[in-house]
Amino acid sequence: MTNPNDSLLIMKGISITFPGVNALQNVDFSLNRGEIHALMGENGAGKSTLIKILTGVEHPDSGSIEIDGKLVQVRSPQHSQEIGISTVYQDINLCTNISVAENIMLGHEPHRFGSIDQRKMNGFARHALSKLDIDIDVTQPLGNYSVAIQQMVAIARSLEIASAKILILDEPTSSLDVNEANQLFNVMRKLKGEGIGIIFITHFLDQVYQVSDRITVLRNGMLVGTFSTASLPRIELIAKMLGRTITELDQVSKAKVSGEKVDTQECMLEAEGLGRTGSLDGFDLKLHANEVVGIAGLLGSGRTEMANLLFGIDTPDKGSLKLKSKRVDRFSPLQSIENGIALCPEDRKDEGIVGDLTIRENIILALQARLGWFKFLSLQKQSEIAQQYIDLLGIATPSAEQLVKNLSGGNQQKVILARWLATNPQILILDEPTRGIDVGAKAEIQKLVLKLAEEGISCLFISSELEEVLRISHRVAVMRDHKKVAEYPGDVDDQTIIQTMAGNL
Amino acid sequence: MKENKSLLKRFRENRLFWPLVALALILLADAIFAPGFFKIGILDGHLYGNLVDVFNNSAPLMLVAIGMTLVIATGGVDLSVGAVIAISAAMGAVLINPALGNRLISNEILTKDATNTPLGLIVLADLAAGTLCGLWNGFLVSRGKIQPMVATLILMVAGRGIAQLITNGQIMTIYYTPYFFFGNGFILGIPVAIYIVAFVYLIAWVLVRKTSIGLFIEAVGTNAKSTYYSGISEKNIKLFVYVFCGFCAAIAGLILSSYVHSADGNNNGLNYELDAILAVVIGGTLMRGGRFSLLSSVVGALIIWTFTITMYTFGVPANALLAGRAVLVLVVIILYSDYARRFMNRVFERKGSQHGTAN
Repeated sequence: MTNPNDSLLIMKGISITFPGVNALQNVDFSLNRGEIHALMGENGAGKSTLIKILTGVEHPDSGSIEIDGKLVQVRSPQHSQEIGISTVYQDINLCTNISVAENIMLGHEPHRFGSIDQRKMNGFARHALSKLDIDIDVTQPLGNYSVAIQQMVAIARSLEIASAKILILDEPTSSLDVNEANQLFNVMRKLKGEGIGIIFITHFLDQVYQVSDRITVLRNGMLVGTFSTASLPRIELIAKMLGRTITELDQVSKAKVSGEKVDTQECMLEAEGLGRTGSLDGFDLKLHANEVVGIAGLLGSGRTEMANLLFGIDTPDKGSLKLKSKRVDRFSPLQSIENGIALCPEDRKDEGIVGDLTIRENIILALQARLGWFKFLSLQKQSEIAQQYIDLLGIATPSAEQLVKNLSGGNQQKVILARWLATNPQILILDEPTRGIDVGAKAEIQKLVLKLAEEGISCLFISSELEEVLRISHRVAVMRDHKKVAEYPGDVDDQTIIQTMAGNL
Repeated sequence: MKENKSLLKRFRENRLFWPLVALALILLADAIFAPGFFKIGILDGHLYGNLVDVFNNSAPLMLVAIGMTLVIATGGVDLSVGAVIAISAAMGAVLINPALGNRLISNEILTKDATNTPLGLIVLADLAAGTLCGLWNGFLVSRGKIQPMVATLILMVAGRGIAQLITNGQIMTIYYTPYFFFGNGFILGIPVAIYIVAFVYLIAWVLVRKTSIGLFIEAVGTNAKSTYYSGISEKNIKLFVYVFCGFCAAIAGLILSSYVHSADGNNNGLNYELDAILAVVIGGTLMRGGRFSLLSSVVGALIIWTFTITMYTFGVPANALLAGRAVLVLVVIILYSDYARRFMNRVFERKGSQHGTAN
């Protein structure tokens, strides 16, 4: 597999420096024909920088890039496409309102008598997709299809139009469910068989072991090594990414508060038949002090809708909500903050961070909202609060005045957590708090949740990762089809949950 | 990352850097081609000269630019400020000698240097009219969820009609001398308008930097959804900025009508909305919202008027002035483009690194 004659891409001694940001130091990377090569590392390890260099967005200070044995300098993203490198990003850069065929052929439409030859275009598009074993109606708008299909369309486009030899998939599966991801993997394997080299970036370890041939690990801008997937045990991979032996995850399990400590007498939150027509059926839910309640369910099963109802983003139209046996009648985020509820929303970029503001401003935002327009925290007080949470949560930043958009995903998530902890909440709702962040930060956030629970906060923990939900929850509620379908004690086994999620129980 | 950046670098990264460079360039051109531009004399106990004119003339634009900055920082725009200026001016003119109903008033009454309404009440009515206009805009944008450009377009068109309704379709000349104080008066030799600008600027500065309103405005402009999720009433912030913008435009209307001694529904504050947007853009506040700087916008307004009066000094005819302004806009846009910025950064960085190795 590592036959050097088969090399499609060789990057040697790549270095680049940015002021204040982890850059790359002397990194080697190679990709063979017909290989799926996973690029791993924590957030900020330099994965994206390496990809940016390969796609011509950034230019290395030193080092060489060889493609097919020829030395190249990638000048621009356009140039990288011309030499056969295509990238499919997590956020798909296609237009959802035009047809699949138009998306695939955009800019290269076949013409007849000066106008677009629809039939020919659709034919081309169908052909391109059939190579990936996908058979869909290409005249439908792209938006009618699932994210997975949209991703395949993006891949088809890059293969067809750019005739790519090297395909970079940057976090392609983060918004896919298991079946969709498998569909994508089938396509990847097929392309591999055709001799295309695939660079696969993901945070999901399972998937790395499922499809990749080799793994390259980066840490702090430096190359840790390239390993054959088959010969690298999972625990070692994690250790290499973190640069230490992995005891963190074990600690998390131990830290879980024993069930007895949960005071079932003191009910912090009680929902009875709470629901909203068209978005979520009425559900009952109780949260006690010191308790972590996990919510399991597939994407779109109503998890986020539940969080939004409880926090007052949406107004329920049936049922009742009581906080410490006091009925809530006004629903708005501000009202909820005043009632001691906090919500870390699902979509970090859209609903969480305010990118152009500093870390300090992001952290005090919710607290300041509660204080109102005219009780402005002094700059000194703001800095104190910000620094306190930067230290507490270990946010990696040179200063509190750094813009939040410059932080890595895990650190942004910590800033949002800090924003809510600063309001001193009694009930903390976390919607996918660990999505898209690295293993180390994940473990830290899980530990933090358990620590908070120990201190008396009750927490609602929503996550797609079942393992994570089971690890830290005292009770687990399962959602399916916009309904709460079951509730289990925290020591339930994952098979039961999976069966319930699938509707077999 | 070095903590102590050189003074030059800190200054260069400041929002005020580019506007001040632009202003310096215009003044440099004056210094070379029209040295008389800087002459300041004292006449009848107050200052006069081109520089004083610049400040006096740009006062209304500065006021409107202050209000516009806040609106733009939330990601909106207020196209109605010119019309609000006209409404405010009309209000003042009518109240000086109100003609109740359609009763004809003799010229003698209209042209006398007196008023039936106390001056304080006139000023108050002016400001109330503008603030009410702002409230209307604010409601359309924040509660009606209409796009700001469309919402304020309504008043931009209708406002001039309202101003003409108020003055009964007439261009009203004002003869009441105390009213002229705002546009033509002097305190300690300095035009009153400048004091008014300073005062409004101070109010605005205190509101946005000494309360949390400024932070909320920047948050709404950067990411309205996150801001809402953080418990901030995005609606009320938007309402506030439009009301404040209307208030600023009303004061501008007061100064302008006082300066030209008349209220003309069609021409008072003509094109002020565009000049104000230009001033804000020159000041470096982005049209998509977010970070803003009040002082930079004020400097932006100053640049527009320094340029205009420079053109006059050079003898450029009034009808060619707009073409001249077009050049100014073009230069500003090129200067602010990413390409030009990168180029300048590279030039400065190279110098910086040479400096560094020399040490």
